[in-house]
Amino acid sequence: MKLFRTAAAVAALLVAAAPLSAETIAITGGRVATVANPEPLDGATVVIRDGRIVAVGKGVAVPAGARVIDATGKWVTPGLIAGNSMLGLYEVDAVDETNDTEARKSPWSAAIDVSSGLNARATPVSVARLGGVTRAAVQPDTGNSIFGGQGALITLAAGEDILLRPRAFQFIELGEDGARKAGGSRPAAWLELRNALQEAERYARNPAAYTDGRDREALVTRLDAAALVSVVDGRVPLMVHVERASDILNVLRLPKEFPKVRLILLGAREGWTVADQIAAAKVPVITMALMDLPDAFETLASTRSNAGRLVAAGVLVGLGMTTDGTGNQPRNLPQQAGNAVAQGRLPGAVGLTPAQALAAMTRSNARIFGMDDVGTLEAGKAADVVVWDGDPLELSSAPTSVIIGGVVQPTVSRQTMLRDRYLNLQHDQLPLAYPR
Amino acid sequence: MMRKVILASLLLTAACTTTNAPPPPPASVAAAPAPKPFPSTYKAYPGVTTVIRGATIYDGAGHRIDNGQIRLENGKVAEIGTTVSVPAGATVIEANGRYVTPGIIDIHSHLGVYPSPGVDANSDGNEATAPARPEVWSEHSIWPQDPGFTRALAGGVTSLHILPGSANLFGGRGVTVKNVLGRTAQDMKFPDAPMSLKMACGENPKRVYGSRNQMPSTRMGNIAVDRQTWADATAYKRRWDDYNKRVAAGTAKPSDMPRRELGNETLMGVLNGEILVQNHCYRADEMANTIAMSNEFGYKVTTFHHAVEAYKIADLLKANGICSAMWADWWGFKMESYDGIRENVALVQNAGACAIVHSDDANGIQRLNQEAAKAAAAGKRAGINIPPEVIWEWVSLNPAKGLGIADKTGSLEVGKMADVVLWNGDPLSVYSRPEKVWIDGAVMFDTSDPKRRPMTDFELGQPGMGDVK
Repeated sequence: MKLFRTAAAVAALLVAAAPLSAETIAITGGRVATVANPEPLDGATVVIRDGRIVAVGKGVAVPAGARVIDATGKWVTPGLIAGNSMLGLYEVDAVDETNDTEARKSPWSAAIDVSSGLNARATPVSVARLGGVTRAAVQPDTGNSIFGGQGALITLAAGEDILLRPRAFQFIELGEDGARKAGGSRPAAWLELRNALQEAERYARNPAAYTDGRDREALVTRLDAAALVSVVDGRVPLMVHVERASDILNVLRLPKEFPKVRLILLGAREGWTVADQIAAAKVPVITMALMDLPDAFETLASTRSNAGRLVAAGVLVGLGMTTDGTGNQPRNLPQQAGNAVAQGRLPGAVGLTPAQALAAMTRSNARIFGMDDVGTLEAGKAADVVVWDGDPLELSSAPTSVIIGGVVQPTVSRQTMLRDRYLNLQHDQLPLAYPR
Repeated sequence: MMRKVILASLLLTAACTTTNAPPPPPASVAAAPAPKPFPSTYKAYPGVTTVIRGATIYDGAGHRIDNGQIRLENGKVAEIGTTVSVPAGATVIEANGRYVTPGIIDIHSHLGVYPSPGVDANSDGNEATAPARPEVWSEHSIWPQDPGFTRALAGGVTSLHILPGSANLFGGRGVTVKNVLGRTAQDMKFPDAPMSLKMACGENPKRVYGSRNQMPSTRMGNIAVDRQTWADATAYKRRWDDYNKRVAAGTAKPSDMPRRELGNETLMGVLNGEILVQNHCYRADEMANTIAMSNEFGYKVTTFHHAVEAYKIADLLKANGICSAMWADWWGFKMESYDGIRENVALVQNAGACAIVHSDDANGIQRLNQEAAKAAAAGKRAGINIPPEVIWEWVSLNPAKGLGIADKTGSLEVGKMADVVLWNGDPLSVYSRPEKVWIDGAVMFDTSDPKRRPMTDFELGQPGMGDVK
């Protein structure tokens, strides 16, 4: 049995390496949380054809010849979207050779484009996929400046090409980290930011004359300035990691100087204290739902009510900041979302409704990054769909099927193989290294 | 005079059989044995006799009582079962199907030694100045104003073990505390809990010292330094054993007393079985090396911490009676955690070995119940069904065993400390949180009563002060 299962697992992996094809699929009988509507539909059917959702609802007919996934007693949701991650950029976080999240010794910063570092076969990608994560925003980390570079949007579909949209956003650090990267103070970080954006404007006006008559201290490399043109002209959002309320307010003022800049706040742990200003500025926030410690002087007001209070104020909030293999893994997005619901049940706290919590890791992140084709289960959307063996926010639940772009994904990873190898420790005939 | 000396040596001998720290005073000093240094000054706060009825109880010792009742009285569990007597004047709480468990015990925390805010000035968890620093005590680094204690309390943690970090092979002594804020670390110390020695395998020590071109820079270097340190400690113990024998025989001169070496004093405590070894170790092969080393020098590892690969040698861990303290799903953040799997805890349990879910993290400690639930769910999908009342042992009785306090707390058995949590729902559900937490029978946390929610000095006057968090 064990041999059979592991052999099947290997076969599935081999299949994963080959191009998978989209089928006509009908997911029947499940509790379907479309996220387009707050209430789930019981006993509904989701029909997928040519990689798209073609029908969702009760009484929808199963097309002839469709592969049927019986979801009776199960939940069906849109694929989860990690609003912030480093998926595909590392295999083992602390093993530098496998880690392409930052480049401390590079002369470039804003110009760095993570898309060339993506590795579709990275184990964290398959592990996250098994947890129901189907898309992610991938953020470069900062090296020796406040600019991390250009992040990407990826699909977690098994295969060799996970890049969906390169140069989807520019990432910068302000606050304490930004101050450190800029030489030691927040004002220095802001000077670095303003100067770089001004240089980008100057570059945009006349690229050929960019190096003429420059102030040496204002040095921004040609490539970095060129990369920031899309930020100052508003084509690409600027994702800013800040936590402290004063830093958030400063960031919200940036469009006064650079009117076309589009902002995304990352972190914003004190965001709830200035929620109205964030809402008025129509700036979305990507954050975590479980941070409640004053672990830095910039996070003194941390509370797990942050997401709930921001949403209540009208801010578009997505869940993310899932950057490594410890407490904040992408596959634990549902745990964060579920805890946000639990928070709402405590006297004096503010949480999310189950529908809001599910939206915060699907539709909201799709909207924040302009991924109009996913985030809900509606006819016409790309078929990123997850079938869960229970309430998707509950700790006991896990995906039983993950479908990305209409393709049923493999159910194995390096971790499931390790599990199967060590399920029983019998090795009197051969070492455990033999069966697979 | 002679009689006094004999009396003193008898007292010393008696003391020596029960404790090795500190060593006895010179034989000529005819006084009672020196008190333990830095004794606990913890005092339980007043509670009232309380009966909780209509609860689903996981007693922490593997039993479940549906529609159960429990009485807390004089700081202890006085009665538990399907019915308990209700003394006149007792506070009665109708649980209406809510859940009651023993308080959560985290066997691996750095609260206070790596507190919030995590500024350099507060970073006191690693005496990374030599690979063997058994002389340092984590309790001397604990900042009792760490807001992390209050967050852990809101997560149902009633006791925790605070360890030095893992930069060193011998990190120093760990201390068990009750999660009751005090003005001093001594105010928090769990009375009569054994101390521990934190040891570490693997990447951290060899990286820290290897990067300075010092030994150890390899895993073989780790073991070599470990063994030499144990060999030296054995020689130190021999000197003391010899001296103590002569004291007992009345033939010791005061100047015969060996010089106290604080590092070796800790190690001698381990060799004498009084100090428990808490050993940070990820990889299966390194845990096996460590077991062999402990056999060579005649000490016992109580618990392997992090134990990401415990599932690979669960049989060996069972045979040696060693607990594994594990995360539910941390993996891949460093090379030695690369083979972490979510089924680890369940596989260890399934092999009949002692399984513990730990945090090592100021955030994770706030929801060890959820981490246990995730670990159990992964086990279930692999065909290992573990009932909730057994799952609860991973965060209560098993860590209590690993800390040598299972006779006092860790389960809701009559006579044990009334360290109790009333949950607003199934504690293995993501939607549940502690509603009330009792420590030694006193309500130390109550979601519905701001006067029963602690706030550290650090948070006074700061943004968000008094928030529910």
